[in-house]
Amino acid sequence: MSPNEERSAADINRTGMGRRTLLKTFGVGAVGLAGIPLISACTGGSGPGAAATASKSLTFGSGSSDDVPKAAYKAVTDAFTKKSGITVATNVVPHNDFQNKINTYLQGSPDDTFTWFAGYRMQYYAGKGLLTPVDDVWDKIGTNFSDAMKKASTGPDGKKYFVPNYNYPWGFFYLKSFWAEKGYEVPATFDALKTLCAKMQADGLIPIEFADKDGWPAFGTFDYINMRLNGYQFHMDLTAHKESWDQKKVSDVFDTWKALLPYQNPGALGMTWQDSAKSLGAKKSGMYLLGSFVTQQFTDPALLADVDFFPFPEIAMEGMDAVEAPIDGLLLSKKGGQNQAAHDFMAFMGTAEGQEAYASVDPSNIATVKGADLSKFSPLNKKCADVIANAKSISQFFDRDALPAMANNVMIPALQAFIKDGSVDVKNLEAQAKQLYAAQ
Amino acid sequence: MSSSTQSPVALVSAKAPGGRRRNRKVRRMSRTDKIVLSIMVGIPTLIQLVLIWIPTVLSIGLSFVRWNGLDLSDIKAAGADNYNYVFNDYPPFWPAVQHNILWLVFLAVIATPLGLLLAVLLDQNIRGSKIYQSIFFMPVMLSLALIGIIWQLFYQKDNGLLNFLLGTAGTPQAVDWFGNSDVNIWAALIAATWRHAGYVMILYLAGLKGVDASLKEAAALDGANAYQTFFRVVLPAMRPINIVIVVITIIESLRAFDIVYVINRGTNGLELISALVIQNLVGEGQVIGVGSALAVILLVISLVPIVFYLSRAFGKEKSE
Repeated sequence: MSPNEERSAADINRTGMGRRTLLKTFGVGAVGLAGIPLISACTGGSGPGAAATASKSLTFGSGSSDDVPKAAYKAVTDAFTKKSGITVATNVVPHNDFQNKINTYLQGSPDDTFTWFAGYRMQYYAGKGLLTPVDDVWDKIGTNFSDAMKKASTGPDGKKYFVPNYNYPWGFFYLKSFWAEKGYEVPATFDALKTLCAKMQADGLIPIEFADKDGWPAFGTFDYINMRLNGYQFHMDLTAHKESWDQKKVSDVFDTWKALLPYQNPGALGMTWQDSAKSLGAKKSGMYLLGSFVTQQFTDPALLADVDFFPFPEIAMEGMDAVEAPIDGLLLSKKGGQNQAAHDFMAFMGTAEGQEAYASVDPSNIATVKGADLSKFSPLNKKCADVIANAKSISQFFDRDALPAMANNVMIPALQAFIKDGSVDVKNLEAQAKQLYAAQ
Repeated sequence: MSSSTQSPVALVSAKAPGGRRRNRKVRRMSRTDKIVLSIMVGIPTLIQLVLIWIPTVLSIGLSFVRWNGLDLSDIKAAGADNYNYVFNDYPPFWPAVQHNILWLVFLAVIATPLGLLLAVLLDQNIRGSKIYQSIFFMPVMLSLALIGIIWQLFYQKDNGLLNFLLGTAGTPQAVDWFGNSDVNIWAALIAATWRHAGYVMILYLAGLKGVDASLKEAAALDGANAYQTFFRVVLPAMRPINIVIVVITIIESLRAFDIVYVINRGTNGLELISALVIQNLVGEGQVIGVGSALAVILLVISLVPIVFYLSRAFGKEKSE
């Protein structure tokens, strides 16, 4: 639900653009004025988490403002209060605002703990010293998580900052009955995938459903080809701009993708992922590479039960070890580090008990802890959970792993142009990356 | 005559030692009048200063730095790097400039004359003129979200009205009006015309009402036909309106933003400078330096028509 929620909210917020633009212009001035006391506030104070004092309350900032996740987090805080006697004051902020204002939020008076994402978006603020590491929490909950989750929760300095909660994988989704009827089989290698696509095309289908009007869905294809071709670490280094874009490894990704382009929906640039999901459900296309939130479009329970999924096939290295599975979870702010109750709440979120409380309200969640009760899961959810649990590394999706400006301002237009005519200028990508990462 | 070049504000505040006719009026102003006047001028000036001029100056400053928006100590001087980046490394910039120019040409050549035509037609005493006026003016009043929905219904690939009328809906030949970067700018321009023509129509209708009927009569007596009467007599008589329309057309083409933003946020063939400014300044893709540089470029371009208008408007006042 999370990605969808995020995107659709962005759609709704378009109408509010005029107001926000105005606020922004004004805000630049306001930030300038407000910044001076902020600096002193940031440099002062005790070391993060040095001496956490016992307390009976904490504040929790939540960007999960949609009804279901909001109620789900309420179930978590209620369960925590019941167990520990510590009260939690939750401040829910509309998620789009929450994300756009995170800079000022963290520098002003943030809540003790707050919802956020793993990946660059977390590492960046950790690196700027705006978060408190939660290694003490991980001492307690460490055994509950897979190595991949641990890796995703670690900041640039090797300390842990993040407690994972909500998670969903990206992969190819298809209809079981339809494939059985046509005699298609799940491809394990990239060549098998291409053969399957050719067969589907001969059958008059669009082999791979694809939508990129909104720009971001194409990242999924790029990330997977990149990780299967160059490995997980290269993906991380490239998105952190430790690797140059202007090199053969990157051009190879685009060259490999070019072999797949003729099989992807040619109308992609005019379609949203919802359009594509409908087309998959209508059996106009064979499969669809998207996050598991695609199932939200299938309201008919019979159709929903028919949906299955397979991971992106292997290409050159690391088999299918890496999975693209964005994780949402909790962070501890600099100020919250001094509140022991906030540490306790983070630890609670990292237990099966805490995540079951969440899942009891929001069943779309694939609990990130081991030992969570899976009995309420649908078979598809179980499969998704298995794939993530067995993954050696988890990537967060390009726009969470990379600098947001790189993803939004550079890669979206570049990938759209690539989809249009199959050409890409990696030299220019590198020139742009240099400029944007230098500003950070 | 020389004193008439002074602005009224200056006249109020000046002690006006000279005993000219005009200054007698000033002396009649009581203390309260002066206070009220200075408040009425002062507050808007202050608001203008805080809301427009200070951010403008800050933007110009920010366009020469690199900043992540966190600590003020993170601000690093960048010289003209941001401008260099926009002009040389930022692929959407030049297409955006071209699209803005195309927008201007299209509005000037198609939309504005269309609005004028509508105004002239509706100025005749035809039945139901008010109803037609309301219909044509409606798009100007509609909200952004509604416009998005209306054009979506019209342009959709598989079940949109336009493809349905062309008989291609649902077939592979269906034109993807929003997704195909060769045609989507034209689709957006039609949508823009739909709004702009209504706006121009209302302004010209007001202008036509203001033209002295005796002018037309005189022209008719001199043997001018309807065509000559309009282009030689009526249109030149509406000169003040014409200037306003020219400026509005130019400014509309520079501010053009909402329609492309509703379609696909100004990507994939619909790049416009204003959309790039928003993308670089608001939300997660924020790059303050680059966004400010783009905003300053837009500001400089916008100053040209504004200066033109102001010099026309005030220049005329002076000569009278």
